[in-house]
Amino acid sequence: MIAKLGWKNIWFKPLNTLLSVLLLSSSVAIITLLILLQKQFEEQFSSNADNIDLVLGAQGSPLQLVLSSVYQVDAPTGNINYDSARVWMRHPFIKSAIPLAYGDNYLGYKIVGTTQDYLEKFNGKIEKGKIFEKEFQVVVGYNVAQKLNLRIGDKFNGTHGGAKEGEKHEEFQYLVTGITTQTGKVIDNLILSNIESVWAMHGHSHNESEEVQEEPKEITSVLLKFRNKMGIVTWPRIIAQNTKMQAASPAIEINRLFTLFGIGLKTLEYMAYGIMLISGVSIFIALFNRLKEREYEFALMRLHGASRIQILSLVIAESLFLCVVGFFFGTILGRIALGWISNTATEEFKIEFNPAEVIWDKEGYLILSTLIVGVIAAVIPAIKAYRMNISKTLANG
Amino acid sequence: MIVTKNLTFSYGNETHFTFPDIVCNASESVLITGNSGVGKTTLLHLLGGLLKPSSGEVIFDGINISPFSEKQMDAFRGKNIGVVLQQNHFVESISVLENIMLASWLATGKKEKQKAKSLLEHLHLEKHLNKLPSQLSVGQQQRVSIARALINNPKVLLADEPTSSLDDANTLKVATLLENLAKEYNTALIIVTHDSRLKQRFSNQISLS
Repeated sequence: MIAKLGWKNIWFKPLNTLLSVLLLSSSVAIITLLILLQKQFEEQFSSNADNIDLVLGAQGSPLQLVLSSVYQVDAPTGNINYDSARVWMRHPFIKSAIPLAYGDNYLGYKIVGTTQDYLEKFNGKIEKGKIFEKEFQVVVGYNVAQKLNLRIGDKFNGTHGGAKEGEKHEEFQYLVTGITTQTGKVIDNLILSNIESVWAMHGHSHNESEEVQEEPKEITSVLLKFRNKMGIVTWPRIIAQNTKMQAASPAIEINRLFTLFGIGLKTLEYMAYGIMLISGVSIFIALFNRLKEREYEFALMRLHGASRIQILSLVIAESLFLCVVGFFFGTILGRIALGWISNTATEEFKIEFNPAEVIWDKEGYLILSTLIVGVIAAVIPAIKAYRMNISKTLANG
Repeated sequence: MIVTKNLTFSYGNETHFTFPDIVCNASESVLITGNSGVGKTTLLHLLGGLLKPSSGEVIFDGINISPFSEKQMDAFRGKNIGVVLQQNHFVESISVLENIMLASWLATGKKEKQKAKSLLEHLHLEKHLNKLPSQLSVGQQQRVSIARALINNPKVLLADEPTSSLDDANTLKVATLLENLAKEYNTALIIVTHDSRLKQRFSNQISLS
């Protein structure tokens, strides 16, 4: 009955309630969004980097190399000589080495020359059709097939470089032989071929102008997994000193990246907690103002046998209801925002977020802190109501 | 029934009241009259357990309520004392019927919806059960106040200036209504007023001075 009364009371002054709920839900929305974003972002980044100890590629920014080779988001640092890379790929320390060769794209989706190992690294399976066997046969990632409506047997022309608007390769057509299952990882947004396709495509276009006898074969990078973990520590220096290549560790580079935008995320988080504080103050003011109007009402309830504790709990219940309603809308709002961000992120960064995920411990803390704000905002009004002198209030009424 | 003995009350050192002894049995009515400032409301609050007397006793059916703690007093008041106040106040956010049920729930822990309904019907308020109190006229609001005071079958019904805002015709109506209800519900009725119109209506009177 007290709870019901509290519930009716908060809707009796809808504008006061609206303001408090609005403030509270925006702060909860921002925090929920940050919690989900951070967790899923890190998860995505680490799951894509599973089983990659080092990335071997051209000299340049190690972060760029990792981003381009592991996450397919940045431009590659350049190409490396396949023969010199092979020396390292066949080293006894190495458990597996997956070569990657970039060259073309189709309507913005990268065509990556690689081996079947690349697919297996992501636990990707061929859903329909079969793996590429010959040159110019391609396997299309799940999302690419969905978005571009590609089917087995379809043919298309690649475009040179990473941008949609590049020069078209008119001479050769790719043939779709397979479509992969959905993995939630970067391969969903890639088109895979064998390395020879990339060489053939580009060897050909260069051949027209210059007579090339023995053009050195090039690839973009190699994803290395070590059998002997010593190599992870020693190789970056050895390779930098002895070759024109570099070896970068995804773990280290991504950690650096997280530290960088960690500052931004923290700032946002503090801001959100600031808004939560303001909403606490707004709840406090709303309750306090209402208290004046309702003194008589409380005295009346006391007159009819309500105990002081019941009046106290009524005020606190009202504040908690505001908080629960605010949390409810906030958590939904945050998830809608995440869904919206996810749509843009898939297009631009090949990252997908899942708004339906619930992170129990962090969101649990969030609801707890929301409720604590509610209790604190209600303390002073509740104590005032608790201490009220009913005789005086009724006599002045 | 309600009995008081040697009641006194002081606000600080300045104001000091000494009240005559009052006896009011079930179904009977007592009118307490007096001009402003003689302690009418104070006496009513003492009878209702809202204030503690400086000395003396308030006894309900042989139980002296003066030594009760605040919590015991809240519970006792809810069950045994019905009060109709000068101003008609309600819990604004809930309906007329819910206001009555709230009074029942606060005193006994039961909502007594049927009882509340029939009580309101008895006071000719059946059309207004689900309205908010603020949507009613003053006269209707007063009847709701009376219904609320009676819902728990109190031993004593206290009314503070119940007719101060009414015209002559309605004053008599309300007086008759209160008197009849007191008989019907076997309740002692104590009315505190300065309204001279009521003085002609009740035979049992105590005058404060």
